[in-house]
Amino acid sequence: MSAHIVLENISKFYGEVLGVNKVSLSIPPGITSLVGPNGSGKTTLMNLMAGLLQPTRGRLSVCGLSPDDPEKYFRVVGYATQYDGFPRGLTGWQFVHSYLRLFGFMPANTERLAWEAIDRVALRDAAPRKIAGYSKGMRQRIKLAQAIAHRPRVLVLDEPLNGLDPLARAETIALFKELGREGSHVLISSHILHEVDLISDQVVMMSQGYVVAEGQIRGVRGEISEQPMQVLIRCDKPEHLASQLFQHSQVVEAKVHADRAGLLVRTHHAESFYKLLNHIALNGVQIESVAPADDDAQSIYEYLIGAEETTK
Amino acid sequence: MSLWNRQILAIMRIDLAKTFFARRGLWIYLLALAPAVPMFLHGLFDHKADLQGDFGQDVQIFAGIFQFFFLRIAIFFGCVGIFMNLFRGEMVDKSLHYYLLGPVRREVLVIGKFLSGLVAAVSIFCGAVVVQWACMFWHQSGELMRSYMFSGPGGSHLMSYVVAAALGCLGYGSVFLAAGVLFRNPLVPAAVILVWEGANGILPALLKKISVIYWLKSICPISIPAPKNAGNGIFNLLIFDIDPAPANVAMVNLILLAGFVVVWAAMRARRIEIGYGTE
Repeated sequence: MSAHIVLENISKFYGEVLGVNKVSLSIPPGITSLVGPNGSGKTTLMNLMAGLLQPTRGRLSVCGLSPDDPEKYFRVVGYATQYDGFPRGLTGWQFVHSYLRLFGFMPANTERLAWEAIDRVALRDAAPRKIAGYSKGMRQRIKLAQAIAHRPRVLVLDEPLNGLDPLARAETIALFKELGREGSHVLISSHILHEVDLISDQVVMMSQGYVVAEGQIRGVRGEISEQPMQVLIRCDKPEHLASQLFQHSQVVEAKVHADRAGLLVRTHHAESFYKLLNHIALNGVQIESVAPADDDAQSIYEYLIGAEETTK
Repeated sequence: MSLWNRQILAIMRIDLAKTFFARRGLWIYLLALAPAVPMFLHGLFDHKADLQGDFGQDVQIFAGIFQFFFLRIAIFFGCVGIFMNLFRGEMVDKSLHYYLLGPVRREVLVIGKFLSGLVAAVSIFCGAVVVQWACMFWHQSGELMRSYMFSGPGGSHLMSYVVAAALGCLGYGSVFLAAGVLFRNPLVPAAVILVWEGANGILPALLKKISVIYWLKSICPISIPAPKNAGNGIFNLLIFDIDPAPANVAMVNLILLAGFVVVWAAMRARRIEIGYGTE
């Protein structure tokens, strides 16, 4: 049985309106972030993976299972949607426990799993209270508890960090990492790109219903050849280093860093640039560190999607 | 217990609590019990005025209220409120997806929800029939009532009304469950069904049978006489059936009709998608 989430040429149209188009992905276990602007198709893709939508075209399987077989599929998949709706009148405990009963576990097991999930999101004290009285952050966490209560191997989370205070954010990210380490798939959509960097093993970038990039962040950056790589060099004589670098064709741009203790260089040929830098270092410039400055989600997002957004 | 049975019980536990104790469902109780108030007052004032009147007349009044108000209005709209909300109401609340994310076949979900609606509707409306019966006849002498209930036709009449109410819930419940599954705005089909059921008396014999009220009227134990000044007008069409079905045939046909509609709804439920409109 495949351990991957596999989408083969998936398209979803709402009448004439495009949701996602010709998406083909094979997502390995670990934490995967789905990134894109509003309307890019992230929620559609997640709803398709969770079986809440049926694709207009294409095939989808999760760990070798199809949403057409719900009795097996939904034991493997857990989904916390972005919808802030709850059944009326339920307490946090009743919410998690009631829907867990659909799995047909023995009553004692159902109770144990419900408490375990509530404890994982640190809501034990609030569990006997009605959800209607919860804060936005608590509602997010109780949704997460409901999604993880049956211990799914694949967890799909649509904007799970929205509304969480900094402490709850840190705890929730730690929970995602723990689940990722346990070998689960954790698929997260997020607008907060520095958090994407922090937690993701891989990233899927979407724009206007299409996947524009996927893979490990560094790998994705390497594939964007039209954008010169940015490298930050920490050194004692940035101006001197800049004057030396400008003599070489590999360097497109060199800019002294705002703190005047480093140089930001843009180059199309990272490999030959690093060799060149070794050579220059021997000529009296004290180099403390060399690090890529734009292989994060924010930069990749700007290169791939920001340009499209601004040209619209 | 099999997985499907456990899942149906789990669905019923969630939905029954919502149906029985929801504040927004209070009007259904009021609708079901509305006839009890004039019935009770009728007994109170006639009894005080020593105008117990004709016992047979009370039996006719009960039959009239049951056929014209209870079956056609109370159960009809009560089932609209209960069964249409099973799916559509949860779409509005944005909470239906919690069921769809469970390892539950859509067919099992539809059956579980239908049964929970049916248990709620039957409890409310059959209970209301008994309460109305008590309110209609409480002022009659104990001896007369014992004789009517246990030696006369009273017991079987009450049973027929309870069965008609239960089958009304079954028939209308299945239709409105299907409407809730199929239509984004189920009030439109509800209005169409209301007109169709209301016009049942003037439909050709074959079309009459594609309705719930036709079979329910056949189960009612007493035919209502037309008012003296009603002439031969449309009122008579609402009262009389030229070809009423035998009660047992009516019961079987209603159960078959409801079964067919629920199975159809279950098959259509496979295609339900969650589109709460946030895309």
